[in-house]
Amino acid sequence: MTKNLRVKTSKFIDETYKVSFKFNGKTYYGFKGDTLASALLANDIHLVARSFKYHRPRGIMTAGSEEPNAIVQLHKNTSRTEPNVRATEIEIYDGLEASSQNCWPSVNFDIGGINNFLSPVLPAGFYYKTFMWPASFWEKYEYFIRKSAGLGKSPSTPDPDIYEHRYIHCDVLIIGAGISGVMAAKVAAKNGFKTLLIEEKNYLGGETIYQDSEHFKINNQTSGSWLDKEINEIKKIKNLEIKTRTSVAAFHGYNFLLARENLTDHLPIEQRNGKTRQRLLKIRAKKVITATGSLERPLIFDNNDRPGILLSSAINKYASLFGVACGEKNILFTNNDSAYETAANLFKKGISIEAIIDNREEIDSKLIKESEKNNIKIYKGYTIVDTYGYKRINKISIMQLSKDGQKVVGSKILIPCDCLGISGGWTPSVHLFTQSGGKLKFRDNDQVFIPNTYPSDQISIGSCNGDFTLDEILSNISKTLKEFLGINKTGYENLEVQTSFNKSKRNIWLLPSDKIVGKTKSFVDFQNDATAKDIKLALREGFRSIEHVKRYTTTGMGTDQGKLGNMHALGIISEISGSKMGELGTTTFRPPYTPLTFGTIVGRNVGEYFDVYRKTPMHDWHVKNKAKFENVGQWKRAWYYPKNNESMHDAVQRESKAARDSAGILDASTLGKIDIQGTDASEFLNRVYTNAWSKLDIGKCRYGLMLNEDGMVYDDGVTTRLNENHYIMTTTTGGAATVLGKLEDYLQTEWPELDVYLTSVTDHYATISVCGPKSKKIISQVIPNLDLSDDNFPHMSFKDTKINEIKCRVMRISFTGEQSYEINVQANYGKSVWEKCMKAGKEFNITPYGTETMHLLRAEKGFIIVGQDTDATMTPIDLQMNWIVSKKKYDFIGKRSLYRSDTMRDDRKQLVGLLTENPDEILEEGAQIVANFNKSPVEMLGHVTSSYYSPNLKKSIALGFVRGGKNMMGQKLIIPMENKKINVTVADPVFLDKENKRLNA
Amino acid sequence: MFIIHCPYCGEREQSEFKAGGEAHISRPKQPSELSDDQWAEYLFMRKNIKGVQYERWVHTHGCRKWFNIIRDTSNDQIQAVYKMGEKPPIK
Ligand SMILES: [Zn+2]
Repeated sequence: MTKNLRVKTSKFIDETYKVSFKFNGKTYYGFKGDTLASALLANDIHLVARSFKYHRPRGIMTAGSEEPNAIVQLHKNTSRTEPNVRATEIEIYDGLEASSQNCWPSVNFDIGGINNFLSPVLPAGFYYKTFMWPASFWEKYEYFIRKSAGLGKSPSTPDPDIYEHRYIHCDVLIIGAGISGVMAAKVAAKNGFKTLLIEEKNYLGGETIYQDSEHFKINNQTSGSWLDKEINEIKKIKNLEIKTRTSVAAFHGYNFLLARENLTDHLPIEQRNGKTRQRLLKIRAKKVITATGSLERPLIFDNNDRPGILLSSAINKYASLFGVACGEKNILFTNNDSAYETAANLFKKGISIEAIIDNREEIDSKLIKESEKNNIKIYKGYTIVDTYGYKRINKISIMQLSKDGQKVVGSKILIPCDCLGISGGWTPSVHLFTQSGGKLKFRDNDQVFIPNTYPSDQISIGSCNGDFTLDEILSNISKTLKEFLGINKTGYENLEVQTSFNKSKRNIWLLPSDKIVGKTKSFVDFQNDATAKDIKLALREGFRSIEHVKRYTTTGMGTDQGKLGNMHALGIISEISGSKMGELGTTTFRPPYTPLTFGTIVGRNVGEYFDVYRKTPMHDWHVKNKAKFENVGQWKRAWYYPKNNESMHDAVQRESKAARDSAGILDASTLGKIDIQGTDASEFLNRVYTNAWSKLDIGKCRYGLMLNEDGMVYDDGVTTRLNENHYIMTTTTGGAATVLGKLEDYLQTEWPELDVYLTSVTDHYATISVCGPKSKKIISQVIPNLDLSDDNFPHMSFKDTKINEIKCRVMRISFTGEQSYEINVQANYGKSVWEKCMKAGKEFNITPYGTETMHLLRAEKGFIIVGQDTDATMTPIDLQMNWIVSKKKYDFIGKRSLYRSDTMRDDRKQLVGLLTENPDEILEEGAQIVANFNKSPVEMLGHVTSSYYSPNLKKSIALGFVRGGKNMMGQKLIIPMENKKINVTVADPVFLDKENKRLNA
Repeated sequence: MFIIHCPYCGEREQSEFKAGGEAHISRPKQPSELSDDQWAEYLFMRKNIKGVQYERWVHTHGCRKWFNIIRDTSNDQIQAVYKMGEKPPIK
């Protein structure tokens, strides 16, 4: 039977509201207000997990977000399952189901526990050293590692919850609602600042709120009841917004912070539907007050990780806040006065304390005197040398410390217990402060890092600033707030504070043992199983930088980011290497402070909103006609239109043949369109394209190639001269935005003297391209009033005309090498004009084709596709497009780079055509091209960029890049594949209609 | 995420802007007269210093204007913002 360790009714727990929950399949009861951890402890359950590497039994160690051990999986095998949840943070609710992680088959019997006995062969860097060699063994290792070690399971079905993002702007943000945060919030809000107070717990008041000891008093009341009144008061202030269950995840520069607000995680599952689960708050604050408090340090000694060993402050909190005793035979182990505070509170609640082990020899304070008065045995100048008990601590052994603290002396004393509280002093929570770019300084007298310089308008107050005692906090807060907020009065000037706390401390980072060093297991990072021995090994092996030691030993790399043990790791390194703590620096704390769910990060950007896409005006038609779509940039483009369960290959062959035999129709609306106007428009085009533009007649079109300043092909497209000072430029679909950006850059920064105006009009027009030998007939029906004779409307020209009342621009330009007409109409008429073309083309077998067929048709003609056949390492010369590069123009973007020694090499990779020996064999795009297999290593000459079976040529064709390919015409090369070699011949990249007769057919 | 004071629009979030590298490197007026080394110097060599840096930025999701800023890259503090073609207000 499990015991009931509920000791005394706590005002924070509603004992009239019983809550049933399951842990590892068994039903337990707790009360409303409990965390999973407090409810388990009330049921006398400490063992909740297995450690990561050695699979040692581990218990609840803390009462907050720094918890390294008690991480559980919630609602296993459901869509709401969540791994790595800290039992110390979740509030219990009816129907909660939690289970242990990292144990297989169960937490009580765990196969991986064998690692514990193998630990001599599992030292620091074990994974690096072992699993890297021989590489072929990795597959075998991986199975066992994945099976026996792992941090929970992710859900395998969609998340049913709703998440959202919210922006908040405020004058003053206060992080943490402990005593300092509450006081700061009151002062800021009362002085007219729009204030936001954020607290990760579900209550305000932090560690002080449950403080009802005679030893800590404010204005003659216990600190807890004084603070309670303050809290009631701030709740009424209008310009103060308070958010509980909200955790600040990141503190970025310029006071930009991210916080996660938890809205439903404490509710029974059936009450969550339709509600927002979590909200990501994006906060921009004029001023930030960090009041994140401090975390108690553990002590590092042999076997300091057994279930039943908790932080002393956690034992205090479980007793005072939740009314739960963590054990019946408690021992406290400390190097400072904090443990006596715990002792006083436990005594008051009738929880027995067997002994207090204190590192310090000479101690004296009112608190200590009270423990002595209560007949608690205090071992002064002693240390624990070992603990016993496998799944729960049952005994400790202690010895006297030598004067220098380096050794233990005398004889061993054994003391039985079922719970041990440890206190190694306090570490300010400076994580958020350092995330913001703040720099720390080391305070030698109590060995802590505290904020030193602030990168933005912010301040740290309370114990996160190193003010650990009530009198320090209260005496500093008024002055600090006055300065920071620029105000005259806080109202807290004359507080009367009483405290019995003595600040003396004996800091020993690694406590000595009677065993030799190699034989102890003194854990520094509990979650990642890094011991003091591992750190020493890393130093012996030559690691010096704290960042390297961290990675090698994995200290501080768990989900808790080593909140408990990082300082000890530093301390041990400093002692061994002889360097000062302040000079070592700390490792970098990275966001998030506590883990975030993916749901919170993405908010409403899920499903169809995950990545919004752009549709052309004819999109619905394509959908209705069963098009398959391809993503091009943000666009959805019709890829091909399968008929009657056709395969993609068959559809593309049919579409390609129809486009050359009769007529094809393509939705080209996605191509970028830039309207260019101004008296210097021609000169501007001259400078941005490789070819000449000043002599282009009005009403004519020209293909242009754009380079980067490094000479590499950047974009291409046809530009039309609409008028003397008016052009319309087309760009590739994916390049539209960057081309516009680049042109604007040059205009504004390099050539501000040019009179040129650019407007993106991509979305304003629908573009329909009709091609093929029947295209002229079709267009003549669609636009009967337009004279389509070659004399009036030759290739590469444009006409302004009307379809009924609809204004349109028609260009006679060709993507495919066929005679083609491109109709541009105002976007909202796109679909009706498209349908008109379909209707007119019906008798000519007009066939809609998608991007795949367009690529095939272009490949037949050797037309490159920027981005498919080019990759930003190819000059126009490499593409065998010398004809488009003007030699006469003095300058254009990229020209100078075409004359660099590297771009002029003859053996650069150059565009060639490739024909397979077997005309039915289709090459794979991306395949390597080689000439000679006998030389080792085999020289890679290039690769295939486009490859198709051409239904018009009835053979396979490909484009590729081959080193020195320009001079290899007719040469045989080899394409090596996984299980065969394909013979190819280098050919002219123009496979079809070299004379361009089809343009006027 | 820092806040940038666009000289045309005022204070805006960094996400509205795009960085454009080191400022005050003008495109040579006569590229063909430069040696390969001189052209490479213009084309490839940038300082990328830790400390005070002169940078080009553009208000992409705003007025689309280019301008210069002086930013300390070690702490992201922006010391000045000025228009294209203007001299840096501080040295
Ligand atoms: Zn602007």
